[in-house]
Amino acid sequence: MTRETLDTIRNFSIVAHIDHGKSTLADRLIQLTGTVAERDMQEQMLDSMDIERERGITIKAQTVRLEYQAKDGKTYILNLMDTPGHVDFAYEVSRSLKACEGSLLVVDASQGVEAQTLANVYQALDADHEIVPVLNKVDLPAAEPERVKEQIEDVIGLDASDAVQISAKTGLNVDQVLEAIVQRLPPPKGDREAPLKAMLVDSWYDPYLGVIVLVRIMDGVLRKGMTIKMMGTDAEYEVDRVGVFRPKMQPLEALGPGEVGFITAAIKEVADTRVGDTITESKRPTSEMLPGFKPAQPVVFCGLFPVDAADFEDLRAAMGRLRLNDASFSYEMESSAALGFGFRCGFLGLLHLEIIQERLEREFNLDLISTAPSVVYKLNLRDGETIELHNPADMPDVMKIESIEEPWIRATILTPDEHLGAVLKLCQDRRGVQIDLNYVGKRAMVVYDLPLNEVVFDFYDRLKSISRGYASFDYQITDYREGDLVRMSILVNAEPVDALSMLVHRSRAEARGRVMCEKLKDLIPQHLFQIPIQAAIGGKIIARETIRALRKDVTAKCYGGDVSRKRKLLDKQKEGKKKMRQFGRVEIPQEAFIAALKMDS
Amino acid sequence: MYVHWPFCASKCPYCDFNSHVRREPPDEARFLAAFAAEIAHQGALAPGRTVGSVFFGGGTPSLMQPRTVGAILDAIGKAWSVAPDVEVTLEANPTSVDATRFAGYRAAGVERVSLGVQALNDPDLRALGRLHTAREALDAVAVAQAHFPRSSFDLIYARPAQTPAAWAAELRGAIDRAAEHLSLYQLTIEPDTWFEKLHRAGKLVVPTADEARALWDVTQEVCDAAGLTAYEISNHARPGAQSRHNLVYWRYGEYAGVGPGAHARLVTNEGRIALATERHPETWLALVERDGNATVSREVLSAESQGDEFLLMGLRLVEGVDPRTYEALSGRSLDPRRISALVGDGLIEPRPGGRLAVTQAGFPVLDAVVADLAA
Ligand SMILES: Nc1nc2c(ncn2[C@@H]2O[C@H](COP(=O)(O)OP(=O)(O)OP(=O)(O)O)[C@@H](O)[C@H]2O)c(=O)[nH]1
Ligand SMILES: C[S@@+](CC[C@H](N)C(=O)[O-])C[C@H]1O[C@@H](n2cnc3c(N)ncnc32)[C@H](O)[C@@H]1O
Ligand code: SF4
Ligand SMILES: [Mg+2]
Repeated sequence: MTRETLDTIRNFSIVAHIDHGKSTLADRLIQLTGTVAERDMQEQMLDSMDIERERGITIKAQTVRLEYQAKDGKTYILNLMDTPGHVDFAYEVSRSLKACEGSLLVVDASQGVEAQTLANVYQALDADHEIVPVLNKVDLPAAEPERVKEQIEDVIGLDASDAVQISAKTGLNVDQVLEAIVQRLPPPKGDREAPLKAMLVDSWYDPYLGVIVLVRIMDGVLRKGMTIKMMGTDAEYEVDRVGVFRPKMQPLEALGPGEVGFITAAIKEVADTRVGDTITESKRPTSEMLPGFKPAQPVVFCGLFPVDAADFEDLRAAMGRLRLNDASFSYEMESSAALGFGFRCGFLGLLHLEIIQERLEREFNLDLISTAPSVVYKLNLRDGETIELHNPADMPDVMKIESIEEPWIRATILTPDEHLGAVLKLCQDRRGVQIDLNYVGKRAMVVYDLPLNEVVFDFYDRLKSISRGYASFDYQITDYREGDLVRMSILVNAEPVDALSMLVHRSRAEARGRVMCEKLKDLIPQHLFQIPIQAAIGGKIIARETIRALRKDVTAKCYGGDVSRKRKLLDKQKEGKKKMRQFGRVEIPQEAFIAALKMDS
Repeated sequence: MYVHWPFCASKCPYCDFNSHVRREPPDEARFLAAFAAEIAHQGALAPGRTVGSVFFGGGTPSLMQPRTVGAILDAIGKAWSVAPDVEVTLEANPTSVDATRFAGYRAAGVERVSLGVQALNDPDLRALGRLHTAREALDAVAVAQAHFPRSSFDLIYARPAQTPAAWAAELRGAIDRAAEHLSLYQLTIEPDTWFEKLHRAGKLVVPTADEARALWDVTQEVCDAAGLTAYEISNHARPGAQSRHNLVYWRYGEYAGVGPGAHARLVTNEGRIALATERHPETWLALVERDGNATVSREVLSAESQGDEFLLMGLRLVEGVDPRTYEALSGRSLDPRRISALVGDGLIEPRPGGRLAVTQAGFPVLDAVVADLAA
């Protein structure tokens, strides 16, 4: 069997740092190839979710098939994959890359190389991609294409002399991008006669069509009506539909080697498909499986609880619905003394957490309280067992614990020189270990190893604020390391509040505890009695604040017989009290649980 | 029986009472007829009662002609029987003009006046937008004391920049002139008043909670020392000189109310009903002339509402409340855990005979105490 070169096909991803213009470039390519009628064009065409359109970011990778008549007179099939730039969705990038042979590396010519530019280009190189650098936004007065070319050569080691200089916004030179794709990116290879071997790139749920599976055919032909087998799960299905995205779904009879498209079959749930799996034909299976992908691992956990306990079942249903479409988030039931019944949920990162929470609240009309985000700790117990801890409230007795390990990341941060000092201090304060410090043109590039636990709360916000928005950040989880970690509990009026307990490094506990107590002091309204707020490790108090008792609140004016107005005020007070959580005699407003965890120092 | 007279010579910037300023004096004869109609109407709703007190409030009732006052009292006498020791109070503004009518009110049957002195220094009176000086007010107090067997006056404290020392001195001066009763209210910034606008714009700074508390504390000290102890959160009297009319409100008794924006609580065979009349004076007048009454809101109070109102009113009194009455009204009992927690905090205390009362330490946070007990 020979794997012939499929000369008229090109499969490519567009990768870049967040907001450098991937989706806008995709729009221009769709437009220029006449894939969509001019009147149906809209901005960021491929960002189809509401939340993507609102925030102007890509969350989900998208595929579209373009047909392009090149200068050499031949017509090419181009399969474009637009990817998200945000680090939380790096996983989406990695699997798109596996389905392609080349990448367009988009760099904003006014901003230059950023942290996710590096992260994504390294991923593309790892996937053996040919890379065409594209300098975007040259229409901006601040664009410095020559300087950015130098950066690409110095930092990435990529020849940028042939970089295409474009404006995705105005359309300038986008035709050259199409030519570069055809001429500089390699065509796929495949054997049409061989048994079917296809890669399951992605899957999602469509309310009308059920589960849709995105596939890349390596060898053989996938036909409508064929009985296929998912080699990882051993499940068999008859293929109902085969087709491609343009970007609407267009049915075809079959997909051949090198092609990217979709299939539907009677697959019930997204969870029945395994991303990275090999699809083959049941009656003529391939002998070799594709290497597959590492599954996406949730790295940040938090509890989500309904504000109104009566909404618990609705929340459960909503979680199930969202999970149909996003297998990267996980949830399991949890109960909290403070917050009642809810779910412990796992996310790819904080943006992912924020997005899921927002979708739950918006699309399902739920009011939620979220608890402190936490990472997954490994607890080595004295009896030799190792357990994973997703929730600090579940921590076993310290006497049973031999050691605790926490996840570490390797972070790459690019920052203008003038903010370097502040960035180093931030990393140092967060227990970082410096690995590298370098310059990329005028920008400093620092590489730090950091405990993830120091990053999940507000590292990104802090970084943005100390660098006035100019620093960029990317990370990868590297390993687990033993740490001197302790559980810090928060006591309000001497009662522990489970939803506020957290694992912290001993050296950071006091500072954390102090900030928490100060925040809570401002967040909890005055009561009729004095309320001590304490942070404690075991029995030892490490920080303390006191909310003074209310001194005067009465409006005992004369109002004669008009007690109705006072009664209405009292009714409002009663309503307000219902929105609080009761801890012993103390009423804590719901917002306090989230607000208390936002650290500013 | 409450009678509301809704007109004033000018609108005070802190005031959110149902008071209106008119360029032309109102047609008192028409208003009188309307009052009489509403009195007859409520007399029919709650027949057979004996009126123990009448209160002319406002607004500024001392703008009324004495004969109008007399005629309203006559109308009340027609609707109900009147107790021989009926207490008839009239709220008066302490200007020399108002004082000229005092003799007439006395002759019409008023036995007690309550004067809105508000402050005893001219800069503060001006800041409060009052039309009288301290001198004029004290003169009016003297005239009142000469004409009426019983009198009282009101002061507003916790004014902007007021210090405890200055207030203590002012208050001692007031007590020297007071006969038997004083009402001492902390300035409240009410919604939709001129003061609220200034306050929101940062142009009027009122005492902080701690400062207001210090002023409250000094108020109790000075009054206690002078033997004018509080019988209600804002009211002080010599023994036996309490306002019997206001005690009816605070003990959650039955009261009729007529005039624009008046409130009533009447016990009928439907239960306890809350009535409120149209607030706008001329609209009220037109409604009464058309329908014989201007009741615009009528609510049969739920058990919970009655319980809440009972606590809101009763806990203002130093004598406190009887929890059994609360149970009878609301159909539930006060949470014993909340009671013992509040007793532990020193904010309420049990009294002989099973009563429950707010302590001296509890009064400055009364709103929160009531909210806690009513929750
Ligand atoms: N001036 C100018 N603005 C551009 C150009 N290309 C994109 N933009 C703007 O840059 C912003 C980001 O563009 P997107 O296409 O959403 O960027 P992205 O890389 O897809 O972003 P993520 O998917 O969130 O990573 C948008 O406001 C675009 O309008 C360009 O060539 N010139
Ligand atoms: C019904 S009001 C008006 C009586 C009369 N018209 C007068 O102003 O003298 C009774 C009392 O309430 C008090 N008062 C009115 N508005 C107030 C406010 N905003 N804060 C505190 N006390 C107020 C004043 O002491 C006033 O005398
Ligand atoms: S005189 Fe009394 S009722 Fe009239 S506006 Fe002033 S405070 Fe209000
Ligand atoms: Mg995008």
